[in-house]
Amino acid sequence: MEISLKTPVTREMARKLRAGDRVKISGIIYTARDAAHKRMLENREKDGFPIDLKDSVIYFAGPSPAKPGEAVGSIGPTTSYRMDSYSPDMIKYGETVMIGKGKRSSEVVEAMKKYGAVYIGAIGGAGALLASHVEKCRVAAYEDLGAEAIHELVVKDFPGIVIIDSEGNNLYETEYLKYRRND
Amino acid sequence: MRIIDREDIIKSVERLCIDTNCILNDDIIKSFDSFIEKEASPIAAGILRDLKKNGEAAKKRMMPICQDTGMAVVFIEIGQEVYVDGSLEEAINEGVRRGYINGYLRKSVVYDPVIQRINTKDNTPAIIHYNIVKGDKLKITVAPKGFGSENMSRIHMLKPSEGRKGVIDCILKTIDEAGPNPCPPMIVGIGIGGNFEYSAYLAKKALLRPIGQYSEKAYLREIEEEVIKKANNLGIGPQGLGGTTTILWAAAEDYPTHIAGMPVAVNISCHVTRHGEVTI
Repeated sequence: MEISLKTPVTREMARKLRAGDRVKISGIIYTARDAAHKRMLENREKDGFPIDLKDSVIYFAGPSPAKPGEAVGSIGPTTSYRMDSYSPDMIKYGETVMIGKGKRSSEVVEAMKKYGAVYIGAIGGAGALLASHVEKCRVAAYEDLGAEAIHELVVKDFPGIVIIDSEGNNLYETEYLKYRRND
Repeated sequence: MRIIDREDIIKSVERLCIDTNCILNDDIIKSFDSFIEKEASPIAAGILRDLKKNGEAAKKRMMPICQDTGMAVVFIEIGQEVYVDGSLEEAINEGVRRGYINGYLRKSVVYDPVIQRINTKDNTPAIIHYNIVKGDKLKITVAPKGFGSENMSRIHMLKPSEGRKGVIDCILKTIDEAGPNPCPPMIVGIGIGGNFEYSAYLAKKALLRPIGQYSEKAYLREIEEEVIKKANNLGIGPQGLGGTTTILWAAAEDYPTHIAGMPVAVNISCHVTRHGEVTI
């Protein structure tokens, strides 16, 4: 099923999505990688969060620099397991959608089930194609981190597929078995 | 004695950093076509078509194929009759610096790996492998490597008794455990023999071989063929969403080893396996 998803995405909306749904995301999303996650959670008590996490969509990505006249450089997903130690807290504090690629830990999946969040896969290695769905990009926080800064993106019909839903259904656990052969 | 100007080296490295990051090599594009035809899963075939389209879009706009434009790995073959005007290492790093800045490539290198992790802001230093050879030429190969796949690479220090089966099994285990993480379809570099670090070097070097070109050694070719067949039976598929295209290619290199050991290094790479060379 193909679903148009407008951000912000509420817990209620997130709970309706199912593993295997194809989504097209439009609106504001934020990029964050390891360094930004670490700093956000370490500084939370002191400074609060630099972006509004409630119902937020966080894209695990660090773009290549934009050429003059372009909104953004190449911008595909980074491998998500490096965010596994941060994601349960991020979900607790309001994040409802994570976009990345690759496996997640059971702790992350438990937090997704508890609070109502989904994990969406974007095509890893298709950074040039995905860039064409980004209309605007600006640094929202942590400029000193370079590519690892938090970027606010305005996206239109950004394509993805729900890999793990809020019930814990997981395409990475079900799909490969359909094509696995033991010879 | 032949003198090579450092500026020629800098310009060559700069050009190679940009071109390899924005232009997908022809052998990879051709291999997409043959796998799209064979792919059992329609979703997987669609992803392969998107990756091909991504390569075309990148080339047209001279935009990086993938945002992770890697750490620059540089292989140098320097003839013993060559004299470089100035420091060769500094010239290579200056080329990397100019390539990553002028080509709008992502700077992904940090100074210290553990505590501060501060970005060097120009993607230097490169990782450089030197080889001194006969002659008066300088061959430069630039192979920027992203870390989504690098992180999934492994070295297995096998016992000699584990034999050929042990070699195949540990390669397949590495691919299976990597699963969706390194953006399959993968390209797999295999280094067999040598010692701990040399097996890893061989695995990296194997990634330079074009898709379709098997090893000239019969036993290595058989290993390559078996790994390609069995890895594509694992079911992982493009992006780990199931399918019959898990790896596009596997290339193996070997070297003599110690009586007590049989090292096998598996360097996992993604479809964006970049390499380009120039001879000065």
